[in-house]
Amino acid sequence: MEKSFLSLSQQTGYGSPRPAASCDHDHSHDGAPVENALISARDLWLRRGGRDIIAGVNLDVLPGEIVTLIGPNGAGKTTLVRLVLGIEKPDSGRIIRPASTRIGYVPQRFEVDAAIPMTVEGFLALGGSASAKEIANTLDEVGARRTGHQQLSKLSGGETQRVLIARALLRRPNLLILDEPASGVDFAGEAELYELVGKLRDERHLGILLVSHDLHVVMAKSDRVICLNGHVCCSGEPEHVSQHSEYARIFGPKGASSLSVYRHHHDHAHDLTGEPKPLAPDDTHGRGS
Amino acid sequence: MLSWPEPFVWRALFAAIGLAVIAAPLGCIVVWRRMSYVGETLAQAGLLGVALGLALHIDLTLAVVVAAIAAVGVLTLLGRQRVVPLDSALGLTHHATLALGITAIALAKGPGIDLMSYLFGDVFAVTSTDLIWVYAGGAVVLAVIFYLWEPLVRLSLHEDLATAEGINPRLPRAAFDLLLAIVIAVAMKIVGILLVMAFLVVPAVAARPLSRTPVGMVLLAAAIAVASTIFGLWLSLSSDLPGGPSIVIAMCTVAAISLLAGSRRQG
Repeated sequence: MEKSFLSLSQQTGYGSPRPAASCDHDHSHDGAPVENALISARDLWLRRGGRDIIAGVNLDVLPGEIVTLIGPNGAGKTTLVRLVLGIEKPDSGRIIRPASTRIGYVPQRFEVDAAIPMTVEGFLALGGSASAKEIANTLDEVGARRTGHQQLSKLSGGETQRVLIARALLRRPNLLILDEPASGVDFAGEAELYELVGKLRDERHLGILLVSHDLHVVMAKSDRVICLNGHVCCSGEPEHVSQHSEYARIFGPKGASSLSVYRHHHDHAHDLTGEPKPLAPDDTHGRGS
Repeated sequence: MLSWPEPFVWRALFAAIGLAVIAAPLGCIVVWRRMSYVGETLAQAGLLGVALGLALHIDLTLAVVVAAIAAVGVLTLLGRQRVVPLDSALGLTHHATLALGITAIALAKGPGIDLMSYLFGDVFAVTSTDLIWVYAGGAVVLAVIFYLWEPLVRLSLHEDLATAEGINPRLPRAAFDLLLAIVIAVAMKIVGILLVMAFLVVPAVAARPLSRTPVGMVLLAAAIAVASTIFGLWLSLSSDLPGGPSIVIAMCTVAAISLLAGSRRQG
């Protein structure tokens, strides 16, 4: 993988069918689930405390596709993930999950209770059938090789996220669901984490559902962005969503412009060692433009 | 010094050692799930159970188990309310159950009922029947814990992750609450309501800084509890001190040393 973090975002990725962006109401989602989707949600509703947390949400994740869920705090992002995972039940609506779908889940803010002694290796072996070799290889794959003997509660934010991704991968998923993987990680670590997510998509052809509070970094690498605020405000390709009036209204002009700031002010990329390198010619073009 | 111990000493020793071993895995899970205060409330609900048993003329151990399970139900409901934080709600129920229990015992008071013996227990008054309760009940408790160990650890680590990975959190949680109620009921006669949770929590706390794995922590907690029990009973007999509290003092001393060693290693 010589592709930089930035260029990953510009790759066309796999040829999964991408629904055209639609920013008013997404009627293409009504009715039957998209064929070969790893998971589909149709018309989900959840009411709590007299408020619609989730209001008529539709969602599909296809193989090899990164779908990013963004939205302000309290928009129902984590709740939607919990519904998709089956941790919570919707008041109405359907989750369609084919039998072939295996989900790997990386929860938000995994603060390991220091009360529980647990090595990384012990945690990865817990409740699974992975051999010591598989565990070591997977830790290698996520860039956390040296953490194996450490206590889970002593890891940094970035290391914890990588170990959690390793645990998810050991379940041999074809769909990876990550809830704000970059919370509690500094900016450089965040970029590396998203690079890892992109690499996993490319190498393992995983479908990925990513919840993000950070707009500009994620949006650039996603195939599809869904902006949630109880209901789906708009969805589509990153550029399209960022220019949408509804998006600008929710995140303000600063948030709306951050994507373009991110893209157009970079005249170089970094390779895996962190050394700057010039952008490849195709990196200068946004995908699909 | 003591000559060959009398039978009541042997009964005390075997009861307390049995309890120490049973309490170790439960105590560790209580610590991991931050349930110490919940456990205290369950223990104090035991007093209500004693009063209930006296009034209805049913077996006191059974009555205490029933009362503790009822308390679990109340606490579960309290956990769902959002009016006050959970620790405030626990503070409320904790004291409510204690006051209600003492009052109920006073109301049910017949000849020969000693509130103090329920609050503080008497390890040297353990009967052969109590020993059977400890070992038969303990075997069942350990068997269930062994069977549910992995889901309990995973739920303690991260409930959402465990649930998303296919564990139904309800069964292990309910089973654990039931086991806790049973252990509290059995332990009450030996160490008393006020010190029951010390038998569970203190050895686990003492073991934590010296452990690297969950199972290691349980084994170490059991070892610390057994050693403290033997030393505490010896202290009690040789210095004419109350039995249960002597054991708990020994456990707390080990915990203090362990925490000091742990914080020194960290700093």
